[in-house]
Amino acid sequence: MEGIQLATQVTPWLASGRTLFLIIHLLGITGFAYIVAMRLVPLLRAQRDLRFDRPLARVGKVLKFGLAQWKHPRYRVAGILHIFIFAGFICLVIRAFYVLIVGVSENFVMPGLSGEAGHVYNIITDYAATVVFLCMVIAIVRRLVFKPARYAVPEKFGKAHTADAVFLLALIAVLMLADSLFSAARAAGQAQQGQTVEVLAAWSLPWMLKSLLASSSLSALKDVYFGAYLLHEVTFYFLLCYRPFGIQFHVETSLFNLYFAKLERGTVKPVRYGVSDEHLDQVKSFGVKTFEDFTWKHMLDFYSCADCGRCSDNCPANAVGRPLSPRFITTKARDYAFQHYPMFGKSTNHQPLIGNLYSEDEIWSCTTCGACEEECPLLVEYIDKIVDLRRGMIDDGNVPQSLQKPLKALESRGNPYGKMEKKRADWANAKEFRQTCPVKTLDGKNHADTLYFVDSVTSYDDRMQSIGRATAKILDHVGENFGILGTAEKDSGHEVRRFGEETLFMALRDHNVDAIKASGAKRIVTADPHAFNALKHDYKDMPPVEHISQVIASEVKSGKITFNAVENGKDVYTYHDPCYLGRHNQIYDDPRNVLDAIPGLKRVEMSRSRDRSFCCGGGGLAMFYEPKEEERMGVKRVRMAAEAGANVIVTACPFCMVNIEDAIKVAGMEGKMTAIDLAELTEKQMMRESRVLETKGTVEIQQESVAGR
Amino acid sequence: MEILVCARRVPDTSENEITLNSAGNDIERDELVYSVNEPDNYAVEEALQIVAKAGGNVTVVTVGGEDDEEILRREMAMGAHHGVLISDEAFNGSDGRGIATILKGFVQKGNYDLILTGVQAEDGGAQVGGMLAAMLDYPFASLVNSIEVLDGRKLKIGREIAGGNREISEIDLPCVLSIQTGINEPRYVGMRGIRAVASVPIPTYGVSELGIDPGAVGEAAARVKRVDYFLPQLGKGAEMLEGSREEVIDKLVELVAAKGGLK
Repeated sequence: MEGIQLATQVTPWLASGRTLFLIIHLLGITGFAYIVAMRLVPLLRAQRDLRFDRPLARVGKVLKFGLAQWKHPRYRVAGILHIFIFAGFICLVIRAFYVLIVGVSENFVMPGLSGEAGHVYNIITDYAATVVFLCMVIAIVRRLVFKPARYAVPEKFGKAHTADAVFLLALIAVLMLADSLFSAARAAGQAQQGQTVEVLAAWSLPWMLKSLLASSSLSALKDVYFGAYLLHEVTFYFLLCYRPFGIQFHVETSLFNLYFAKLERGTVKPVRYGVSDEHLDQVKSFGVKTFEDFTWKHMLDFYSCADCGRCSDNCPANAVGRPLSPRFITTKARDYAFQHYPMFGKSTNHQPLIGNLYSEDEIWSCTTCGACEEECPLLVEYIDKIVDLRRGMIDDGNVPQSLQKPLKALESRGNPYGKMEKKRADWANAKEFRQTCPVKTLDGKNHADTLYFVDSVTSYDDRMQSIGRATAKILDHVGENFGILGTAEKDSGHEVRRFGEETLFMALRDHNVDAIKASGAKRIVTADPHAFNALKHDYKDMPPVEHISQVIASEVKSGKITFNAVENGKDVYTYHDPCYLGRHNQIYDDPRNVLDAIPGLKRVEMSRSRDRSFCCGGGGLAMFYEPKEEERMGVKRVRMAAEAGANVIVTACPFCMVNIEDAIKVAGMEGKMTAIDLAELTEKQMMRESRVLETKGTVEIQQESVAGR
Repeated sequence: MEILVCARRVPDTSENEITLNSAGNDIERDELVYSVNEPDNYAVEEALQIVAKAGGNVTVVTVGGEDDEEILRREMAMGAHHGVLISDEAFNGSDGRGIATILKGFVQKGNYDLILTGVQAEDGGAQVGGMLAAMLDYPFASLVNSIEVLDGRKLKIGREIAGGNREISEIDLPCVLSIQTGINEPRYVGMRGIRAVASVPIPTYGVSELGIDPGAVGEAAARVKRVDYFLPQLGKGAEMLEGSREEVIDKLVELVAAKGGLK
């Protein structure tokens, strides 16, 4: 029996294990360092990625998406659980170091945590451990009993990840339990020896364990204390070294992943960082063909993914049964990295990714809508990877036949349809329209401050030409001095770039940049969000660019546009956010404000709206691609509108219009659902002073365009 | 295996609106965009796939003018090893037989195991391949939609015949085959690929290099002469079926059955 000791002295129960603990420490830390070093091997061989600029913005990302867990509440249950676990871990960081040091130096006290502060911190950690433990139990039950659908792994993507997830959750639970048991045994021992007892937080895990241990013998308590410590130590280091082999590596990597996250929305990464456009011809290979063609940040993404499934849960391609599920783009690459860059032995990287890791259709299935990236709590990037993989396929000539024709037509005619250049401005030459709203061509003889950039679909598609005419009428109505490039305009190349044909994109861009500069315009307006995004993010040194919805919204505010009440008060409208207006450019409110300014217009929101909008099927080249799918995205979207109780879908993108109008027919909802572009609706509803004749002209044109289909 | 593909530059039908010129003897060519004749492109792809397996070289040849170099570069960007332009004023106005005569001259200068042509030129008459084979006294097969290289200088070829049936034949090398579209999926060639071969020299051969009797080719020797060129009158437009969905379906079934489309 040991004698009663001074209150300040703690029984050195761990002293006998010091050597053992020291060895475990060294083994654990060395092992972890080695594993991380091996994990860094592919990153060091990867492509450059220049992400060392703007440290403040980057720290901001870490604070918002890391510390403040910004994305997590979007998934209520899992998100809140994660916030509790994360908060618990943050509280336990100092304690973890303290506990590790105690094994070697038992009387160690964390600097700054002696006395009162220490007691407060201990209370906090008691509860933190309890909360984390409970969260683990809930998470395990969730995984095993409730099985949320998004965790399921379709057969084609391999085996279920449940066992691994539960194993990791259980390990953390064991760690919390061991830590609590350690505190409890010490406190119980202190009590039995009449020492000052460290106060345990009431109803916390250590507190409850202490109650259980209260009547145990001192030697049993000593064994429990020692055993709990050993269990904690072994579990801690096992977990530390096991994390880099699975989804929990994000605990370490997420900090870096958030810091180095992409800062600019709507952009596409350059073919090679640090290589200017002029020198691109010297780059031997474009895009990603083998694993080491990814940038180090993209590899870090693979390591950081927590397999939460939110990307795929929001992916429209996945929803309609296309062979793409973003989650597996990442996890397959991670598995590849683990397999080909082993802990021991030589690494291998010669296998082409397409045909082995990814299928061609998988990579062409993406519409670059950005729903996955919007949802990812760790800011994993997908679009840039998809584009890079496509660049690789394009470079190898590996392009579906359905896309080759439009690409060739874009090269020779500047539009994907192979239509004559001279007919590009035909939409503005419809007889009745030209009489009421003549549109200037900024060809050097005519000048205007505002350039209306029309882009291909609005220029050539019979139905979409109506959006062009409505846009022109709105600009005319608000007194804008505007013109178009006419035959000098070529396709913006927005989808050309996102489908990986960078060289063709550059040719289109350079042509348009020259034409825009030659026009002398000081401002660009477009009604096509894809053109908008291209002009804003893909082109350089352009005058300010506005989408027509922004123009309308500001002119509604200024009072230049006022609306007549809607004729049919029974119609219920809903606004469908185009991906390249909403998610990629954050324009959510302007179109809604315009709708709400129309007297008598009833508007409802679809459950998927704003940054969770559901892609209509994609624009540009996506319209030529023939995917394997169970249902069209547009059909799903139209059903969502019907579920919301709407019978008019308003959108602000010509491609959305094509897809949604087709989908209405496919879904058999003709007569029950209609679609209209925001510009068309504005033009239809705007109040004109004594311009009766013009209204008549519009009606005729609309009839003509319907008949023309 | 040394493979020669005879290719031709034609106005791209999917990217042009074909109209007659004012004289009515040709189409308006001012704003046309051209591309490689589509079946020829399949022939080049097939040749590339054969040499990828069996080894060898692919040469693409065209008879034309300076502008036609464009398609040679495109096919070289695809992977063809050599491009050759056959150009001479004496060749202008040649008919199919004239072109075959010119190509025969070129073939005899080389040592080709296999000569491929597209099944037909989009602005031509599917005649050069057969005539070239006859002039060379080579075996010939048309409408080929599969090729398998056998041992002993033989090929196993599939041909599309009426009714969607396929015929499999063996043919001795050297031979001439005309290639049907759909035999493969031609790889994509972008601007980047074309730029990469932009400065590769393309040899040009004329009458003297090929040793051809100028009297046997060109307009004077042509025995087939185009006398007119016109766009057929547009027929009656599409027939719109009206009624409920079921009625429309019934009418459609009836119409298709009446034309022998349903048995």
